[in-house]
Amino acid sequence: MDFNYFLTLLVFSPLLGILLLAFMPKANESGIKMLGVLATLPSLILALIAYFSYRGGHDLANFSEKFRWIQFGGQGAEQQGMFTVNYELGIDGFGLIMVVLTAVIATLAAIASFHIKKEWKGYYMLFLLLEIGMLGVFTSENLILFFLFFEITLIPMFFLIGKWGYYDKEKAAYSFLIYNGLGSAILLIVIMVLFSRTGTSNIEMLSVMMNTENAPLFAPVSESLKMGLLIALLVAFGVKLPIFPLHSWMLRVHVEAPPSIVMIHSGILLKIGAFGLIRFGMGIFPEQFAELAVLLAVLGVINLLYGAFLAFIQTDFKMVLAYSSISHMGIVLIGLGALNEAGIQGAIFQVVSHGLISALLFFLVGVLYERTHTTTLANLGGMAKGMPLASGFLLAGAMASLGLPGMSGFVSEFMAFLGLFEEMPVLAAVGTIGIIMTAVYLLRAVLGITYGNAEREFDGVTDIRSFEWAPVLVLIGLIVLIGVYPAVLSEPLQATLETIMMGIGG
Amino acid sequence: MDLDTLLSFEWGTMTPEFIILGIIALLSVADLFMPKHVDRKILGWVGFAGVVLALISLVSLIGTETTSILYDTFRLDSFAIAFKLILLLGAALVMLLAIDYRTNEGLEEYKGEFFYLFLTALLGTMFMASSGDLITLFVGLELLSIPSYVLAGMRKRNLKSNESAMKYVLNGGISTAITLFGMSYVYGIAGTTNLKGIAQVFGGLSDPQHIYILGLAFFMIFVGLSFKLASAPFHMWAPDVYEGAPTPVTAFLSVVSKTAGFVIILRILLSIFGYIPVAQEDGQPIPLLFAVQDYIAFLAGATMIIGNVVALRQRNIKRMFAYSSIAHAGYILVALTAMSFVTFDAIWFYMLAYVLMNLGAFAIIQLITMKTGSEDISHFAGLYRRSPLLAVGMGIFILSLAGIPGTAGFIGKLNIFMGALMVDQAHYVLVSIMIATTVVSYFYYFGVMTQMFFRPAASDEKIQLPAGTTAVILITVIGTILFGVMPNLAIDFMHTNFNQFVDFMR
Repeated sequence: MDFNYFLTLLVFSPLLGILLLAFMPKANESGIKMLGVLATLPSLILALIAYFSYRGGHDLANFSEKFRWIQFGGQGAEQQGMFTVNYELGIDGFGLIMVVLTAVIATLAAIASFHIKKEWKGYYMLFLLLEIGMLGVFTSENLILFFLFFEITLIPMFFLIGKWGYYDKEKAAYSFLIYNGLGSAILLIVIMVLFSRTGTSNIEMLSVMMNTENAPLFAPVSESLKMGLLIALLVAFGVKLPIFPLHSWMLRVHVEAPPSIVMIHSGILLKIGAFGLIRFGMGIFPEQFAELAVLLAVLGVINLLYGAFLAFIQTDFKMVLAYSSISHMGIVLIGLGALNEAGIQGAIFQVVSHGLISALLFFLVGVLYERTHTTTLANLGGMAKGMPLASGFLLAGAMASLGLPGMSGFVSEFMAFLGLFEEMPVLAAVGTIGIIMTAVYLLRAVLGITYGNAEREFDGVTDIRSFEWAPVLVLIGLIVLIGVYPAVLSEPLQATLETIMMGIGG
Repeated sequence: MDLDTLLSFEWGTMTPEFIILGIIALLSVADLFMPKHVDRKILGWVGFAGVVLALISLVSLIGTETTSILYDTFRLDSFAIAFKLILLLGAALVMLLAIDYRTNEGLEEYKGEFFYLFLTALLGTMFMASSGDLITLFVGLELLSIPSYVLAGMRKRNLKSNESAMKYVLNGGISTAITLFGMSYVYGIAGTTNLKGIAQVFGGLSDPQHIYILGLAFFMIFVGLSFKLASAPFHMWAPDVYEGAPTPVTAFLSVVSKTAGFVIILRILLSIFGYIPVAQEDGQPIPLLFAVQDYIAFLAGATMIIGNVVALRQRNIKRMFAYSSIAHAGYILVALTAMSFVTFDAIWFYMLAYVLMNLGAFAIIQLITMKTGSEDISHFAGLYRRSPLLAVGMGIFILSLAGIPGTAGFIGKLNIFMGALMVDQAHYVLVSIMIATTVVSYFYYFGVMTQMFFRPAASDEKIQLPAGTTAVILITVIGTILFGVMPNLAIDFMHTNFNQFVDFMR
C-alpha cells in the first residue's frame, strides 16, 4: 500500500465537510447534522487503517511526508539547509494512538452535537476546523507546524464556547482565549528561540542537536537556557493540561461549553498538554527533564489531591467532573515524574483512558441536561427510575474513572503509581489518598443522581434512545477493551517508550 | 548642466514616477475644466489606472542593474523597487476605497482634489524610497506630508476633521523641523548631502566630539521620523487624526505613509549611522547604529505597550485601529532593533502583510461606518447575520492582525521573532514584550469578533457592496490567506529578485 499524502489526507479530510457545509441551505437541520457526522468519518477510517496496518507489520516511517514550505533568510541559509521550515507530517506509536483517539472522539462528539439547538451550519463548520487542528497537532513533525495546528484549535474553540455555550459563555470563551493565548505565546517563544539558535524546527533534529556535544548550531544554547526553555514549556503545556495554579479557565470551559465540545475539550485538547510535555519536554531536553522530575511528581500529587478534595465539595455535577479532570491529570504528571518505563507508560495510558472516560461522562451529562435542564446535584436524584440505562452507563463511567480493575482507568493508575512507588515511595503513598478520594466523590455524586432523593420529580423522562446508543457503546467498549487487553495500547507504544527511555538514559 | 548630460541619464528608471506625475497633471487639469455637475468618480478610476500602470512599469524594472541618476540623488536599487511595490499596491487599494467613499457632509465638490492629492503624496513616498541624497529624502518627505495634512482636513464641515488637520499640521511641522535639524548636523560634519559621500566621510571619523554630535543628530532624526511611523514618542497625533480624517485617508496614513516612514528610516539609519565608528571599551569600534540599539529597543517596547494597552479602552473603531497601528509600528521596530541578516526581509514581508490585512479591515470599516453613520464598535453587532461574507472577511483580517497562524500576519511576526532571537545578544526581553502585548491585543481584536458573531444585530437589513470596496476586500482576503499558507511565494520572490538587498549602498 502506498502511503504518500496519507497523513495530509487524514488531517485535512474534514475540510471537505466544511466546503460541502458551506453550500448547504441554513434551514436544513437534519441534512447539516448528518453531513457533519459523515465528514468526521474519513479521518476515522484513515486513522483505523493506519492503526491496523501498523499492527499488521507496516513501518510507521512509511507515513512520513515532507515538502519545502517556508525558507527564511535567503539563499545563503538555504544552501546550508538552515532556517527552512518544511511541511512535514509523520507519526510514531504515541502519535498514532492520539490520532485514533482524536478521530474516535471527534466522530462521537459530532453525534453528540445533535443536541445543539441553533445555527447548526456554523457549529459544524467550526467543529470540523477544530478536528483538523487536533489531528494536525499529533502528526506534526516540526515545531512551527505544531504551533500552527495548536493555534488552529484555539479559534474554533473560542467561537464554539462563546456562541453555543450556556449562560456565562462569553466570559468562559474569553478566559479560554486569554489563558491559552498566553500559554501558546510562551510556547512560541520557546519554539522561536530553538529555531533561531539552531536553524531548524524539526523535532527529531532538535532532539539530536540538543543532546550532542558541539552540534552545528547557528548560535550557542547554554545549559541554563535549556533549563529556562524547559520551564517555559512546562508553563505553556501546564496551562493546557492544566497544572494546579493554571487551571481556573478550564473549570469555566467545562461548565459553560456545550457537552459535545467538552467531550472534545476534556477528551483531546487537555491531552495536547501531556503530549507536548512528553514529545518536546522529554524528547528535546531529557537531561533537564530528569532534573525537574521531582517537581513534576510533587505537582502531580498536588493536582491529584487538590482536584479530588474540591470535587468532593461541589454541588454541580459538571463541576465535580471538571475537578475530577484536574485530579486525573495529576496522575499523568505523577507518571511523568516517576521517569521510569512503568510511570511513563502509565501517564500515556492515563492520557488515552481519561480521554475516553471523560468523553463518556460528558456525553451522559449532555443526555441528562437535555432531559432535565439541570446539572445541580441537589435537583437530580432517583434518575434510575426514569432512565435506568443512562444511569447504568453513568455508574459504569464512574467506575472506570475511579479505577475499577478491568477498565482502562485501573491500568493507567496502577502503572503510574507503580512507577512512582519505585522512585519516591513517600510521595506515592500520599498520592494514594487521592485515589480513595476519587472513589468517594464519584460515588457520592453518581449514586446521588441515580438512587438518591431528588427535590424535583422528573416524570416521563426518556432513556437513552436512537443516536445516543452509538457513543455510549463505543466508549464503554473501548474502556473495557483497554482494561482487559491493554496490549492494544502498549504494543504500539513500545517503540516510542524505548526512544524516550534511551533519551533520559534509563 | 547641458542638454547632453541631461539626455545621458537613464530616465527609464523613473518611469513609475513619471506616470504618477503625468496622471497628477492630467487629473488636476481635468478637474479644473470639468463642469461642476459631472461626477468626479471618473477621475478616481483614471487615478487608479495610473497607479496600476506605474505598478506594471515598476515590475518591468525588476532585475535591472542598480542605477543612479541625477548625480546620485535618485537611485533605483532592489530596496527601492521592493518597497515601491508595496507602496503602489497599497495606494492602488486606497484609490479603490476612495472612489466608493461618501460622507453625509457632502464631499463631492472636493473629490477631484481628493484624488490628485493622494497621488501627490504617493509620489512623495516613491521619491523617499529612491533617494540617494538628504535633499531628495527631505523633499520626498514633505511631498508626502503636505498633501496628507490637506487630506486629513478634507471634510471641512466636520469639526473632528478640522481638529485632526490642525493637530496633524502642528505635530507634523514640529517633527519635520526636528528631523531637519538633525540632518543639518549631519551635513555640517560631512560637508555633503549625498548619502554615499556622507558614508565615506563618516567611515574615517575619529573625533569623539563629532561622534557625540552625530549621536544627537541620530536621536533628532529618529524621533522626528517616528512621527511618520506613528511610534512613540510622536504617536499622539494618530488617534485624533485617524478618527477625524476621511476613512480612505486614514487607511492611507496607516499603511502607505507608515511604509514610507520605514523606508526613510532604513535609508537614513543604514546609510549614515551604520558607518560611524564608535569606540567600545575593548577598543573595537562598532557602528553608531549598534551602539544606540538599546534606545531603539526601548522605543519599540514603549510603542508596543502604549499602542496595545490604550487600544483596550477605545470604543471608536477608527481610534482603536489607530492604536493598533501604533502597536504594529512597534513590532516592526523590533525587527529594526535586531539588525540581523533577516531585518530587511522581515520588514518587507511585514509591511506587505500589513498592507493587505489593514487595508482590508479599513475597507470593511469604511463600509460599516458609511452604512450606520457611526464609528462605535457596537455597530458591528450582528454583522454575521447581515452579511456573513463581510463578517468572515473582517474575521480573517483581525486574526491576521492578531498574528494567528494561517495568516500573513503570523508569518510576518515569525520573521521578526527570528531576527530578534538569532543575533548574538538575543533580545529576549523585547520579544517577550512583543508576545505579551500580542496577547493583550487579543482582547480588543476579539472584542470586534464578539460584536460581529455573538451579539444580535440592530437591523437585519442586508448590506450593499460597492464594486471597488468589494474588489479591495477580495484581493486583501486572498492575499492575507495566501501569504499565510504559502508565504514562500512572497519570500522566494523577494530572495530571487532582490538578492538580500546587497546593492543597498553600492
